Amino acid sequence: MEEETPLTSRLWWTIGALAIAVYALLPVAWLVSLSLKPAADIADGSFIPTEVSFENYQAIFTDPQFPAALRNSLGIALISTVLAVVLATFAAYAIVRLRFPGRGLVLGGSLAIAMFPPVSVIGPLFDMWRSIGLYDTWPGLIIPYMTFTLPLAIFTLSAFFREIPWDLDKAARVDGATPFQAFRKVIAPLAAPGMFTSAILVFIFAWNDFLFAISLTSTNSARTVPAAIAFFTGSSQFTQPTGSVAAASVVVTVPIIVMVLLFQRRIVAGLTSGAVKG
Amino acid sequence: MSQLTARERAERRLGWMLSAPAVLVMLLVTAYPIGYAIVLSLQDRDLRFPDETRWVWFDNYATVLSSPQWWDVVTATVLITVISVAIELVLGFALAFVMHRALVGRGLVRASILIPYGIITVVAALAWQFAFDPTTGFVNAWLGIDRVWFAETWSSFVVIIAAEVWKTTPFMALLLLAGLVLVPQDLLNAARVDGASWWQRFTRVTLPLMKGSILVALLFRTLDAFRVFDSVYVMTRGSRGTETVSITGYETLVVRLNLGLGSAVSVLIFLLVIAIAWLFVKGFGANAAQQRGEV
Repeated sequence: MEEETPLTSRLWWTIGALAIAVYALLPVAWLVSLSLKPAADIADGSFIPTEVSFENYQAIFTDPQFPAALRNSLGIALISTVLAVVLATFAAYAIVRLRFPGRGLVLGGSLAIAMFPPVSVIGPLFDMWRSIGLYDTWPGLIIPYMTFTLPLAIFTLSAFFREIPWDLDKAARVDGATPFQAFRKVIAPLAAPGMFTSAILVFIFAWNDFLFAISLTSTNSARTVPAAIAFFTGSSQFTQPTGSVAAASVVVTVPIIVMVLLFQRRIVAGLTSGAVKG
Repeated sequence: MSQLTARERAERRLGWMLSAPAVLVMLLVTAYPIGYAIVLSLQDRDLRFPDETRWVWFDNYATVLSSPQWWDVVTATVLITVISVAIELVLGFALAFVMHRALVGRGLVRASILIPYGIITVVAALAWQFAFDPTTGFVNAWLGIDRVWFAETWSSFVVIIAAEVWKTTPFMALLLLAGLVLVPQDLLNAARVDGASWWQRFTRVTLPLMKGSILVALLFRTLDAFRVFDSVYVMTRGSRGTETVSITGYETLVVRLNLGLGSAVSVLIFLLVIAIAWLFVKGFGANAAQQRGEV
């Protein structure tokens, strides 16, 4: 490799970069193509549609199931995100800034939950939720989503909080601010970027979840998009609604693509700081 | 023990107050249910026959552990886990190197690999399923063959693993990249001056320095892959020998409503996950907590 001139080597790395972009985008492009095919062309096996039609998009938005699922997904993911980030911010501040017995336990416990298999709690949750009336409701999903994203949020936020110039906090406390005032007036604004980053990661988790969604919901009142799409597929044995499923998939992938384009730096920083540097 | 000052006491109280909500929620949704699952797993409890609940102690575990089907499921899950994580490690390194070295198109690469990471797993699985489907898909046409991919076990595994690898390699690559940038360039240059080949520099300098990040990446991905549910469920519903432990748990609990037997499966999965984590931490010395910079 070192015999190569820098120019050819640079060319190879650029080709590698393009290959990665193709790798990442191919399945997405395929879904877009499938969603634009008219019903007659669905089975033509061609990667690029010969004729473009928006009938699949019309179909999913006239059916009541998909708009309801979209509303549930957005509402549940946003509420879980806000709650998880608020609780994680409190905990992360305490872990980074305060000395109290049990601090290591909070971190260790979060780490354990980050590795916890969700399938181990769906049975008990299913049973509990049915007896206390949380089955098939928004809170019934918000509570587990919040829980399973708290560790990620706590770690990401702790990582960001360690980078904050804490002298400002000390200065505020020397000037007579209570620890809580120092937190609210000085640190919270500095912590906003970290909170935003963990919010994106929490949102992606909640938007993505399938197991809790199919175990703890049953109707349009709380069923989220992944669950709705998956069961849409199996709804008829004779006519596979491939086109509609593809269209619905494209619609729910758009927010992810927008977030990735706008916040790529933050997402990468969040993922790696939470997982490697701490 | 010296007397705590008022300020220290206030600090303790605030620390507990701030952590309490997060800790309580986590206990409520994991510790309590897993305890409840252990209780359920010792009962013969079927939601279809709620009046016939009784204590059977370890009968459910005996039923699960003596069924050859359970061991097939464990084998399939281990197979998917080991093969996907191995491919992801190699491919992840390739991606990390490109992201590290490519000067042109770095932003493009970073943005595009975040799409597999962020996309809904169910959606990704559907995209792969439609691509390999003999009627709607393009894969058979591109390869010039006529295969019904989901009719056989090995080819079902190929598609499942391909989808899993596509979706999760970016996460692996980002974790590896974070370790890669910490390898001092001076050290690599020195090795180069001493005449080390590219491969020697990689195996003798880069890899040992990245041991921590590699083990953490492997630990997280292995635990994650072992819990695989969404993509397998969407593509095969666990047919053709592709059933994974999570699917067994879900089917027994939520579909067959057999809470006793299903909880035994859940507890066994929980124990297997602990065993994997223990193996990584004790066996390979992956100290995730230390890696995460815990104080």
